[in-house]
Amino acid sequence: MTKRYLSIVTFCLLAVVPVRALLAGDGLYPEVPKAKARFSDTQECVEPLEDMRKNHMEYILHQRDATVHEGIRTRQHSLVECINCHVSDAADAARASSEKHFCSSCHSYASVKIDCFQCHADRPVKSSDNPSLAPSAMSHHIKHDHSAEVLTGKQLRALANGGANDE
Amino acid sequence: MSNDGKFDQYRRNFLSGAAATVTGLAMAPGIILHEVAQARPADQAVSSDVRWGMLIDTSKCDRGCNACVTACNDEHGLTGHGRPESDAQWIRKVELRDKQTGNTQSLPLLCQHCEKPPCVDVCPTGASFKRADGIVLVDKHTCIGCRYCMMACPYKARSFIHEDLQDQLPHAPRGKGTVESCTFCVHRVDNDRTPACVEACNAEHHNAMVFGDMNDPDSEISQQLEQYSSRQIRADLQLNTGVRYRGI
Repeated sequence: MTKRYLSIVTFCLLAVVPVRALLAGDGLYPEVPKAKARFSDTQECVEPLEDMRKNHMEYILHQRDATVHEGIRTRQHSLVECINCHVSDAADAARASSEKHFCSSCHSYASVKIDCFQCHADRPVKSSDNPSLAPSAMSHHIKHDHSAEVLTGKQLRALANGGANDE
Repeated sequence: MSNDGKFDQYRRNFLSGAAATVTGLAMAPGIILHEVAQARPADQAVSSDVRWGMLIDTSKCDRGCNACVTACNDEHGLTGHGRPESDAQWIRKVELRDKQTGNTQSLPLLCQHCEKPPCVDVCPTGASFKRADGIVLVDKHTCIGCRYCMMACPYKARSFIHEDLQDQLPHAPRGKGTVESCTFCVHRVDNDRTPACVEACNAEHHNAMVFGDMNDPDSEISQQLEQYSSRQIRADLQLNTGVRYRGI
Protein backbone atom coordinates (compact mmCIF):
# COMPACT_ATOMS: atom_id res chain seq x y z
CA MET A 1 0.00 0.00 0.00
CA THR A 2 2.74 2.41 1.03
CA LYS A 3 4.69 1.43 -2.03
CA ARG A 4 1.73 2.19 -4.23
CA TYR A 5 1.17 5.53 -2.51
CA LEU A 6 4.80 6.48 -3.02
CA SER A 7 4.74 5.65 -6.70
CA ILE A 8 1.64 7.83 -7.18
CA VAL A 9 3.35 10.75 -5.44
CA THR A 10 6.44 10.31 -7.58
CA PHE A 11 4.34 10.18 -10.72
CA CYS A 12 2.49 13.33 -9.75
CA LEU A 13 5.71 15.14 -9.02
CA LEU A 14 7.19 14.25 -12.38
CA ALA A 15 4.03 15.03 -14.27
CA VAL A 16 2.95 18.21 -12.56
CA VAL A 17 6.24 19.97 -11.93
CA PRO A 18 7.59 20.90 -15.33
CA VAL A 19 11.18 19.90 -15.85
CA ARG A 20 11.82 23.32 -17.35
CA ALA A 21 10.89 25.09 -14.13
CA LEU A 22 13.36 22.92 -12.24
CA LEU A 23 16.13 23.79 -14.66
CA ALA A 24 15.35 27.49 -15.16
CA GLY A 25 17.08 28.49 -11.97
CA ASP A 26 20.23 26.72 -13.10
CA GLY A 27 20.57 29.02 -16.10
CA LEU A 28 20.10 26.18 -18.53
CA TYR A 29 17.20 27.94 -20.20
CA PRO A 30 17.08 31.63 -21.07
CA GLU A 31 15.04 33.95 -18.92
CA VAL A 32 13.20 35.87 -21.59
CA PRO A 33 11.64 39.13 -20.39
CA LYS A 34 7.87 39.41 -20.79
CA ALA A 35 6.38 41.72 -23.41
CA LYS A 36 4.56 44.82 -22.22
CA ALA A 37 1.27 44.15 -23.97
CA ARG A 38 -0.77 41.70 -25.98
CA PHE A 39 -1.32 42.22 -29.68
CA SER A 40 -5.04 41.51 -29.37
CA ASP A 41 -7.47 39.73 -27.07
CA THR A 42 -6.94 36.48 -28.91
CA GLN A 43 -3.27 36.77 -29.82
CA GLU A 44 -0.21 37.44 -27.72
CA CYS A 45 2.26 38.63 -30.35
CA VAL A 46 1.85 40.12 -33.81
CA GLU A 47 1.70 36.59 -35.23
CA PRO A 48 0.93 33.36 -33.34
CA LEU A 49 3.63 32.72 -30.72
CA GLU A 50 4.95 29.49 -32.21
CA ASP A 51 5.27 31.17 -35.57
CA MET A 52 7.06 34.18 -34.07
CA ARG A 53 9.53 32.03 -32.19
CA LYS A 54 10.46 30.22 -35.36
CA ASN A 55 10.04 32.85 -38.06
CA HIS A 56 10.41 36.31 -36.53
CA MET A 57 13.52 36.93 -38.60
CA GLU A 58 11.61 36.34 -41.81
CA TYR A 59 8.98 38.91 -40.86
CA ILE A 60 11.59 41.47 -39.89
CA LEU A 61 13.62 40.84 -43.03
CA HIS A 62 10.59 41.24 -45.26
CA GLN A 63 9.51 44.41 -43.49
CA ARG A 64 13.04 45.79 -43.68
CA ASP A 65 13.11 45.69 -47.48
CA ALA A 66 9.56 46.98 -47.78
CA THR A 67 10.36 49.92 -45.54
CA VAL A 68 13.76 50.86 -46.89
CA HIS A 69 12.97 50.48 -50.57
CA GLU A 70 9.26 51.10 -50.84
CA GLY A 71 8.58 53.35 -47.88
CA ILE A 72 6.01 50.96 -46.42
CA ARG A 73 5.82 51.84 -42.75
CA THR A 74 3.20 49.55 -41.26
CA ARG A 75 3.79 48.78 -37.61
CA GLN A 76 2.89 45.11 -37.29
CA HIS A 77 6.28 43.72 -38.27
CA SER A 78 8.37 46.78 -37.57
CA LEU A 79 11.57 46.28 -35.58
CA VAL A 80 10.97 49.56 -33.77
CA GLU A 81 7.64 48.22 -32.52
CA CYS A 82 9.23 44.92 -31.44
CA ILE A 83 11.63 46.92 -29.29
CA ASN A 84 8.91 49.23 -28.00
CA CYS A 85 6.94 46.27 -26.70
CA HIS A 86 9.65 43.83 -25.68
CA VAL A 87 12.28 46.06 -24.10
CA SER A 88 11.80 48.10 -20.96
CA ASP A 89 11.86 51.86 -21.35
CA ALA A 90 13.47 52.34 -17.95
CA ALA A 91 16.59 54.48 -17.83
CA ASP A 92 18.65 51.45 -16.82
CA ALA A 93 17.03 49.04 -19.26
CA ALA A 94 19.27 46.27 -20.54
CA ARG A 95 21.30 46.98 -23.65
CA ALA A 96 21.52 44.52 -26.51
CA SER A 97 24.95 43.54 -25.24
CA SER A 98 23.41 42.20 -22.03
CA GLU A 99 21.77 38.80 -21.71
CA LYS A 100 18.88 40.48 -19.94
CA HIS A 101 17.84 42.20 -23.17
CA PHE A 102 14.84 40.47 -24.78
CA CYS A 103 16.60 39.64 -28.04
CA SER A 104 19.95 38.79 -26.54
CA SER A 105 18.48 36.55 -23.82
CA CYS A 106 17.46 33.97 -26.39
CA HIS A 107 20.10 34.68 -29.00
CA SER A 108 22.95 34.10 -26.61
CA TYR A 109 21.27 30.87 -25.48
CA ALA A 110 20.92 29.74 -29.08
CA SER A 111 24.40 31.01 -30.00
CA VAL A 112 23.03 33.02 -32.88
CA LYS A 113 24.85 36.29 -33.32
CA ILE A 114 22.80 39.20 -34.61
CA ASP A 115 24.08 42.55 -35.80
CA CYS A 116 20.76 44.45 -35.81
CA PHE A 117 21.79 46.63 -32.90
CA GLN A 118 25.04 47.82 -34.39
CA CYS A 119 22.79 50.27 -36.22
CA HIS A 120 19.29 50.02 -34.71
CA ALA A 121 18.20 51.39 -31.36
CA ASP A 122 18.11 48.58 -28.79
CA ARG A 123 15.82 50.43 -26.40
CA PRO A 124 12.43 51.99 -26.98
CA VAL A 125 11.27 55.53 -27.12
CA LYS A 126 9.45 56.04 -23.85
CA SER A 127 5.82 55.29 -24.49
CA SER A 128 4.67 57.37 -21.54
CA ASP A 129 5.99 60.47 -23.25
CA ASN A 130 4.45 59.65 -26.56
CA PRO A 131 1.15 57.75 -26.32
CA SER A 132 1.00 57.19 -30.06
CA LEU A 133 4.03 54.93 -29.71
CA ALA A 134 2.60 52.94 -26.84
CA PRO A 135 2.44 49.25 -27.69
CA SER A 136 -1.14 49.04 -26.45
CA ALA A 137 -2.16 51.46 -29.15
CA MET A 138 -0.42 49.42 -31.81
CA SER A 139 -3.12 46.97 -32.80
CA HIS A 140 -5.44 49.85 -33.62
CA HIS A 141 -2.85 51.68 -35.64
CA ILE A 142 -1.29 49.05 -37.81
CA LYS A 143 -2.43 50.77 -40.94
CA HIS A 144 -2.88 54.39 -41.94
CA ASP A 145 -0.99 55.66 -38.97
CA HIS A 146 0.68 58.98 -39.47
CA SER A 147 1.05 59.97 -35.86
CA ALA A 148 4.16 57.94 -35.08
CA GLU A 149 6.65 60.77 -35.36
CA VAL A 150 5.54 63.69 -33.33
CA LEU A 151 8.68 64.40 -31.34
CA THR A 152 11.70 66.29 -32.55
CA GLY A 153 14.98 64.48 -33.00
CA LYS A 154 16.42 66.20 -29.95
CA GLN A 155 13.55 65.04 -27.79
CA LEU A 156 13.73 61.53 -29.16
CA ARG A 157 17.43 61.32 -28.56
CA ALA A 158 16.94 62.52 -25.02
CA LEU A 159 14.33 59.81 -24.57
CA ALA A 160 16.52 57.18 -26.14
CA ASN A 161 19.15 58.14 -23.61
CA GLY A 162 16.72 57.27 -20.88
CA GLY A 163 15.39 60.75 -20.33
CA ALA A 164 18.76 62.10 -19.30
CA ASN A 165 19.01 65.29 -21.27
CA ASP A 166 22.53 66.57 -21.09
CA GLU A 167 21.73 69.97 -22.49
CA MET B 1 -5.26 38.70 -79.41
CA SER B 2 -2.99 41.39 -78.05
CA ASN B 3 -5.37 44.01 -79.45
CA ASP B 4 -8.20 42.43 -77.49
CA GLY B 5 -6.14 42.84 -74.31
CA LYS B 6 -5.49 46.45 -75.13
CA PHE B 7 -9.13 47.05 -75.84
CA ASP B 8 -10.01 45.55 -72.48
CA GLN B 9 -7.58 47.93 -70.87
CA TYR B 10 -9.06 50.93 -72.65
CA ARG B 11 -12.50 49.83 -71.61
CA ARG B 12 -11.36 49.36 -68.03
CA ASN B 13 -9.74 52.80 -67.96
CA PHE B 14 -12.85 54.36 -69.45
CA LEU B 15 -15.11 52.61 -66.96
CA SER B 16 -12.98 53.51 -63.95
CA GLY B 17 -12.87 57.11 -65.21
CA ALA B 18 -16.63 57.12 -65.57
CA ALA B 19 -17.02 55.59 -62.11
CA ALA B 20 -14.79 58.28 -60.63
CA THR B 21 -16.85 61.00 -62.30
CA VAL B 22 -20.07 59.52 -60.93
CA THR B 23 -18.56 59.28 -57.44
CA GLY B 24 -17.34 62.84 -57.76
CA LEU B 25 -20.79 64.04 -58.69
CA ALA B 26 -22.40 62.11 -55.89
CA MET B 27 -20.14 63.59 -53.22
CA ALA B 28 -20.62 67.01 -51.78
CA PRO B 29 -18.17 69.57 -53.14
CA GLY B 30 -15.33 70.36 -50.76
CA ILE B 31 -15.09 66.84 -49.42
CA ILE B 32 -13.54 65.48 -52.60
CA LEU B 33 -10.53 67.77 -52.59
CA HIS B 34 -9.70 66.81 -49.06
CA GLU B 35 -9.96 63.11 -49.88
CA VAL B 36 -7.64 63.41 -52.86
CA ALA B 37 -5.05 65.44 -50.99
CA GLN B 38 -4.73 62.80 -48.30
CA ALA B 39 -1.30 61.25 -47.80
CA ARG B 40 -0.18 57.85 -48.99
CA PRO B 41 -1.34 55.13 -46.60
CA ALA B 42 1.41 53.44 -44.58
CA ASP B 43 0.91 50.09 -46.32
CA GLN B 44 1.23 51.46 -49.84
CA ALA B 45 4.54 51.60 -51.71
CA VAL B 46 5.95 54.90 -52.92
CA SER B 47 5.39 55.61 -56.58
CA SER B 48 7.08 57.63 -59.30
CA ASP B 49 3.98 59.82 -59.55
CA VAL B 50 5.76 61.90 -56.95
CA ARG B 51 9.22 63.37 -57.22
CA TRP B 52 10.42 65.04 -54.08
CA GLY B 53 12.53 68.11 -54.54
CA MET B 54 13.85 71.16 -52.78
CA LEU B 55 14.29 74.73 -53.89
CA ILE B 56 16.77 76.84 -51.97
CA ASP B 57 16.74 80.61 -52.27
CA THR B 58 20.31 81.72 -51.57
CA SER B 59 19.27 85.36 -51.25
CA LYS B 60 17.23 84.42 -48.17
CA CYS B 61 19.91 82.17 -46.68
CA ASP B 62 21.63 84.00 -43.83
CA ARG B 63 25.40 83.72 -43.88
CA GLY B 64 25.72 83.34 -40.12
CA CYS B 65 22.81 80.95 -39.72
CA ASN B 66 23.44 77.27 -39.18
CA ALA B 67 19.92 76.22 -38.18
CA CYS B 68 19.45 73.67 -40.96
CA VAL B 69 22.69 71.90 -40.10
CA THR B 70 21.92 71.79 -36.37
CA ALA B 71 18.40 70.56 -37.03
CA CYS B 72 19.70 67.77 -39.26
CA ASN B 73 22.26 66.69 -36.68
CA ASP B 74 19.62 66.64 -33.93
CA GLU B 75 17.05 64.88 -36.07
CA HIS B 76 19.37 62.01 -36.97
CA GLY B 77 21.54 61.92 -33.89
CA LEU B 78 24.69 62.87 -35.80
CA THR B 79 27.31 63.38 -33.17
CA GLY B 80 30.88 64.14 -34.08
CA HIS B 81 34.22 63.39 -32.53
CA GLY B 82 35.58 66.86 -33.15
CA ARG B 83 37.18 65.66 -36.38
CA PRO B 84 35.47 67.66 -39.12
CA GLU B 85 37.20 65.74 -41.89
CA SER B 86 35.70 62.41 -40.98
CA ASP B 87 32.63 63.29 -38.87
CA ALA B 88 29.28 62.58 -40.47
CA GLN B 89 27.71 65.56 -42.16
CA TRP B 90 24.54 65.32 -44.19
CA ILE B 91 24.13 69.03 -44.83
CA ARG B 92 26.72 71.78 -44.65
CA LYS B 93 26.90 75.49 -45.22
CA VAL B 94 29.03 76.54 -48.17
CA GLU B 95 30.20 80.03 -48.96
CA LEU B 96 30.62 81.15 -52.53
CA ARG B 97 32.88 84.11 -53.09
CA ASP B 98 33.31 85.93 -56.34
CA LYS B 99 37.04 86.55 -56.44
CA GLN B 100 36.69 89.56 -58.68
CA THR B 101 34.00 91.46 -56.84
CA GLY B 102 34.34 89.92 -53.40
CA ASN B 103 30.59 89.24 -53.31
CA THR B 104 29.85 86.37 -50.94
CA GLN B 105 26.88 84.06 -50.91
CA SER B 106 25.93 81.37 -48.44
CA LEU B 107 24.01 78.23 -49.18
CA PRO B 108 23.27 74.83 -47.66
CA LEU B 109 24.63 71.89 -49.63
CA LEU B 110 23.15 68.45 -49.17
CA CYS B 111 22.55 65.31 -51.21
CA GLN B 112 21.06 66.63 -54.44
CA HIS B 113 18.85 63.56 -54.93
CA CYS B 114 19.74 63.28 -58.60
CA GLU B 115 17.47 61.65 -61.11
CA LYS B 116 20.56 59.89 -62.47
CA PRO B 117 22.68 59.49 -59.36
CA PRO B 118 26.35 58.61 -59.93
CA CYS B 119 26.46 57.04 -56.45
CA VAL B 120 23.89 54.48 -57.58
CA ASP B 121 25.78 53.81 -60.82
CA VAL B 122 28.98 52.85 -59.05
CA CYS B 123 27.59 50.87 -56.10
CA PRO B 124 28.78 47.26 -56.42
CA THR B 125 26.09 45.79 -54.16
CA GLY B 126 23.00 47.80 -55.01
CA ALA B 127 22.97 49.35 -51.56
CA SER B 128 22.96 52.83 -53.01
CA PHE B 129 19.59 53.22 -54.67
CA LYS B 130 16.94 55.66 -55.74
CA ARG B 131 13.44 55.27 -54.42
CA ALA B 132 10.56 55.51 -56.87
CA ASP B 133 9.73 58.98 -55.56
CA GLY B 134 13.24 60.25 -56.31
CA ILE B 135 14.83 60.04 -52.86
CA VAL B 136 18.37 58.64 -53.06
CA LEU B 137 19.21 56.40 -50.12
CA VAL B 138 21.73 53.88 -48.83
CA ASP B 139 20.36 50.49 -47.80
CA LYS B 140 22.80 49.96 -44.96
CA HIS B 141 21.85 46.29 -44.80
CA THR B 142 23.65 45.74 -48.10
CA CYS B 143 26.29 48.47 -47.88
CA ILE B 144 29.79 47.01 -47.58
CA GLY B 145 31.45 50.33 -46.88
CA CYS B 146 33.57 50.44 -50.03
CA ARG B 147 32.95 54.19 -50.39
CA TYR B 148 32.89 54.19 -54.19
CA CYS B 149 29.73 56.30 -53.95
CA MET B 150 31.54 58.90 -51.88
CA MET B 151 34.11 59.24 -54.61
CA ALA B 152 31.50 59.31 -57.36
CA CYS B 153 29.37 62.03 -55.77
CA PRO B 154 30.21 65.42 -57.30
CA TYR B 155 28.69 67.20 -54.31
CA LYS B 156 30.72 65.51 -51.57
CA ALA B 157 27.41 64.77 -49.92
CA ARG B 158 28.14 61.41 -48.33
CA SER B 159 29.81 60.41 -45.08
CA PHE B 160 31.31 57.20 -43.80
CA ILE B 161 30.86 56.03 -40.23
CA HIS B 162 34.25 55.20 -38.82
CA GLU B 163 33.47 54.24 -35.24
CA ASP B 164 31.03 52.15 -33.26
CA LEU B 165 27.89 54.04 -32.33
CA GLN B 166 25.44 53.79 -29.48
CA ASP B 167 22.05 55.35 -28.74
CA GLN B 168 21.01 55.74 -32.33
CA LEU B 169 17.49 57.01 -32.82
CA PRO B 170 14.79 54.48 -33.68
CA HIS B 171 13.93 56.27 -36.93
CA ALA B 172 17.57 56.85 -37.94
CA PRO B 173 19.56 53.61 -37.76
CA ARG B 174 23.27 54.24 -38.38
CA GLY B 175 26.27 52.03 -37.91
CA LYS B 176 29.99 51.64 -38.33
CA GLY B 177 31.25 50.61 -41.72
CA THR B 178 28.42 52.04 -43.78
CA VAL B 179 28.00 55.14 -45.91
CA GLU B 180 25.21 57.58 -45.24
CA SER B 181 23.85 60.85 -46.52
CA CYS B 182 20.83 63.12 -46.45
CA THR B 183 17.64 61.08 -46.75
CA PHE B 184 15.37 64.08 -47.33
CA CYS B 185 14.15 63.02 -43.86
CA VAL B 186 12.43 60.05 -45.48
CA HIS B 187 10.88 58.98 -42.15
CA ARG B 188 9.17 62.37 -41.96
CA VAL B 189 8.24 62.55 -45.63
CA ASP B 190 6.58 59.13 -45.36
CA ASN B 191 4.52 60.57 -42.52
CA ASP B 192 3.49 63.58 -44.56
CA ARG B 193 5.90 66.01 -42.94
CA THR B 194 8.69 68.22 -44.28
CA PRO B 195 12.42 67.64 -43.69
CA ALA B 196 13.92 68.91 -40.43
CA CYS B 197 16.18 71.46 -42.19
CA VAL B 198 13.24 73.09 -43.93
CA GLU B 199 11.30 73.24 -40.69
CA ALA B 200 14.28 74.82 -38.90
CA CYS B 201 14.79 77.38 -41.67
CA ASN B 202 11.13 78.38 -41.46
CA ALA B 203 11.33 78.55 -37.67
CA GLU B 204 14.13 81.11 -38.08
CA HIS B 205 11.80 83.03 -40.42
CA HIS B 206 14.28 82.79 -43.27
CA ASN B 207 12.02 80.60 -45.39
CA ALA B 208 14.91 79.94 -47.75
CA MET B 209 13.99 76.30 -48.38
CA VAL B 210 10.90 74.94 -50.08
CA PHE B 211 10.26 71.21 -50.13
CA GLY B 212 7.62 69.47 -52.18
CA ASP B 213 6.52 67.33 -55.07
CA MET B 214 8.06 68.57 -58.31
CA ASN B 215 5.65 66.38 -60.30
CA ASP B 216 2.61 68.13 -58.88
CA PRO B 217 2.05 71.34 -60.87
CA ASP B 218 0.05 72.83 -57.99
CA SER B 219 2.72 72.35 -55.33
CA GLU B 220 4.53 75.41 -54.01
CA ILE B 221 7.88 74.18 -55.29
CA SER B 222 6.57 73.61 -58.81
CA GLN B 223 4.96 77.04 -58.86
CA GLN B 224 8.14 78.73 -57.70
CA LEU B 225 10.28 76.75 -60.15
CA GLU B 226 8.00 77.91 -62.93
CA GLN B 227 7.93 81.52 -61.77
CA TYR B 228 11.58 82.10 -60.94
CA SER B 229 14.79 81.10 -62.63
CA SER B 230 16.71 78.45 -60.74
CA ARG B 231 19.87 76.46 -61.25
CA GLN B 232 21.21 73.04 -60.59
CA ILE B 233 24.73 72.87 -59.21
CA ARG B 234 26.93 71.24 -61.82
CA ALA B 235 24.09 71.18 -64.32
CA ASP B 236 26.72 70.24 -66.91
CA LEU B 237 26.76 66.71 -65.49
CA GLN B 238 23.10 66.34 -66.52
CA LEU B 239 22.11 64.54 -63.36
CA ASN B 240 18.79 66.39 -63.10
CA THR B 241 19.13 67.14 -59.42
CA GLY B 242 16.20 67.22 -57.03
CA VAL B 243 17.70 70.19 -55.20
CA ARG B 244 17.61 73.49 -57.08
CA TYR B 245 19.01 76.89 -56.17
CA ARG B 246 17.77 80.40 -56.76
CA GLY B 247 20.11 83.37 -56.83
CA ILE B 248 23.39 81.70 -57.72
